[in-house]
Amino acid sequence: MKRLIPRLLLAPAIGTLFLWMIVPLGMTIYFSLIRYNLMQPDQTGFAGLENFEFFVTDPSFGAAVVNTLLLLGSVILVTVVLGVAIALLIHEPFPGRGIVRVLLISPFFVMPTVNALLWKNMMMNPIYGVLAQVWIFFGAQPVDWLTDHPLFSVIVMVAWQWLPFATLIFMTALQSMDTEQLEAARMDGATYLQQLRYLYLPHLGRSIAVVVMIEMIFLLGVFAEIYTTTAGGPGDASTNVTFLIFKQALLNFDAGVASAGALFAVVLANVASLFLIRLVGKNLDK
Amino acid sequence: MPASLLVAPVRLAAAAAAVALSFGGLAQAQTELVIATVNNGHMIEMQKLGKHFEQANPDIKLKWVTLEEGVLRQRVTTDIATKGGQFDVMTIGLYEAPIWSKKGWLQELKTDAAYDVDDLLPAVRSGLSMDGKLFAAPFYAESSMLMYRKDLADKAGVQVPERPTWPQIKDLASKIHDPKNGVYGICLRGKPGWGDNMAFITTLVNTFGGQWFDMQWKPQLESKPWKEAVSFYVDLLKNYGPPGSSANSFNEILALTNSGKCGMWVDATIAASFVSDPKQSKVAAQMAFAQAPTMNTPKGANWLWSWNLAIPAGSKKVAAAQKFISWSTSKDYIQLVAKTNGWANVPTGTRKSTYANPEFQKAARFAAAEKTAIDSANPTDSTLPKSPYVGVQFAAIPEFQAIGIAVGQQMSSALAGRTTVDAALKAGQVTADREMRKGGYYK
Repeated sequence: MKRLIPRLLLAPAIGTLFLWMIVPLGMTIYFSLIRYNLMQPDQTGFAGLENFEFFVTDPSFGAAVVNTLLLLGSVILVTVVLGVAIALLIHEPFPGRGIVRVLLISPFFVMPTVNALLWKNMMMNPIYGVLAQVWIFFGAQPVDWLTDHPLFSVIVMVAWQWLPFATLIFMTALQSMDTEQLEAARMDGATYLQQLRYLYLPHLGRSIAVVVMIEMIFLLGVFAEIYTTTAGGPGDASTNVTFLIFKQALLNFDAGVASAGALFAVVLANVASLFLIRLVGKNLDK
Repeated sequence: MPASLLVAPVRLAAAAAAVALSFGGLAQAQTELVIATVNNGHMIEMQKLGKHFEQANPDIKLKWVTLEEGVLRQRVTTDIATKGGQFDVMTIGLYEAPIWSKKGWLQELKTDAAYDVDDLLPAVRSGLSMDGKLFAAPFYAESSMLMYRKDLADKAGVQVPERPTWPQIKDLASKIHDPKNGVYGICLRGKPGWGDNMAFITTLVNTFGGQWFDMQWKPQLESKPWKEAVSFYVDLLKNYGPPGSSANSFNEILALTNSGKCGMWVDATIAASFVSDPKQSKVAAQMAFAQAPTMNTPKGANWLWSWNLAIPAGSKKVAAAQKFISWSTSKDYIQLVAKTNGWANVPTGTRKSTYANPEFQKAARFAAAEKTAIDSANPTDSTLPKSPYVGVQFAAIPEFQAIGIAVGQQMSSALAGRTTVDAALKAGQVTADREMRKGGYYK
């Protein structure tokens, strides 16, 4: 009796949360099993696993999965490595540190679409982009970034956007470093590399884990940068799973196949997070 | 307290109640039309001028949902396909109109004598009609044409004919291509998408004598005209095009042309008003216009696109919606825009009377070329061999979007040199075949 009342009182909240989660998932599963193309309303009925088959045998599918993982891996790697480096650089006080910090963090507040357009038109355009001008200044042939290195270009844009986030986290983490311990290490004659290896990095371990986890969740869904710059092309060179699902759902209007794709993405995200939780979990236990 | 002072508030309350009642009554009689449209300049203008319509029809109130093209297409398609009933008037493209009217999703439009339906340009009208019935009214329309730098052509000593051929264009491109000084021979679309690079490539294939599907609905991507046309396109852009072509579509090339970097450009006629506007273009005075180039046949060399207003079949406000569509696509509406914004800004491409107007001819110096281009396009007969589909730069079947996007990706890949033309066309053929089988056109 004592337990029943609190449980009853909790029920509405939990029930709502449960519905919140289960209804969209249930609908996605339902749509993935029927023939449901908005442009062909006369074709209906149970489709079995046909939608999954169509999604997985899509010629772009293999490339999309590889690109998703490449994008995810490289952006995380770049942001963590550079983020730690920058955070260490601006950790010690110097004149104008406040302004530098604000400037460093600002890319994170640029909208993804704007970010993509900035890079596409102002930086990477092979005719009037800033990078092309630099190449021409040195007498070199400008690189046609979006054509020759489409995935790399997208990685640059996304990494530019997410680097401030990583920097911000690491910067705050460094504030809580034990200065006495550092001083003691210096007195004992530890080189900077040794300090880095045995003091800074272990201290940052937890925040690195957090950055990796958060970025992974958000980067699986990178879309705006690809949509506005290369539209997944040339060929499938910059198509990721999200873009492929978008293509099925809103360009082909095939809700069935798109739902199948969405379920695949759920599986992909779960597999990735399984690895991650193992990794991060170990780190957090320490 | 004198009685009159007591009466006053009572009277006031009564008056207020009467006003409230009459407003309530008015709101009941008033029909609210929800109109979905594109955020193009012409449509924004229509929204502003809507108050004229509301004044003339006090029983109708207009509510606007203005969206970006891609989003509009998604919203409108999901609404009509699921019978959502959110919109009473929809802005739809020339691609959707025949598909939807065939499915019975659109209400037939009935027009009166004052509307003068015979004044509509025949190419556009036939694209919007089925069995002689009109299912959508054109708001503005466009075709494609060649825009080029007259000064560069003169310097090269080349006279560009009224309707040039592609070899002539290639020759001229080679003469004016001067990347050291930042001038590229020709700019063409390369960004993947059925409305991006495929719109242009389809017109090129048409004029080389190709088609999307034969009469048995078999995709024809590996046929000789496709191979020749795409090889020509890749070769032309590789040699005389700007770098980065595979990411360029209308807006990107417009920026290049306006800054004087493109010698020639084949694209939508609507671009003519931008590149010849000195406020936007550095080379406004040097721009000249001609018809889209041809190869083996002039058929299908100019594309045809229009934005149209239509009423979904389930609508409960058909009469009001009819009234609104008749107003916004009428001659009077064009006159109204001319009076408020000048003749250079009227919606074009829909009516013969617009082109016959001397004031319009004076205001828009590309008008004649645009009219010729639109007239030469025929959506029901745009390919040299007979085709089963309607449309010039697309095939008006539901499967085409998916096919166009997939083939567009392959084309951009070939243009970027990541794959050969033959391999790209083969991959496109496989996808097209897959989609057509899925759509049940053949086993």
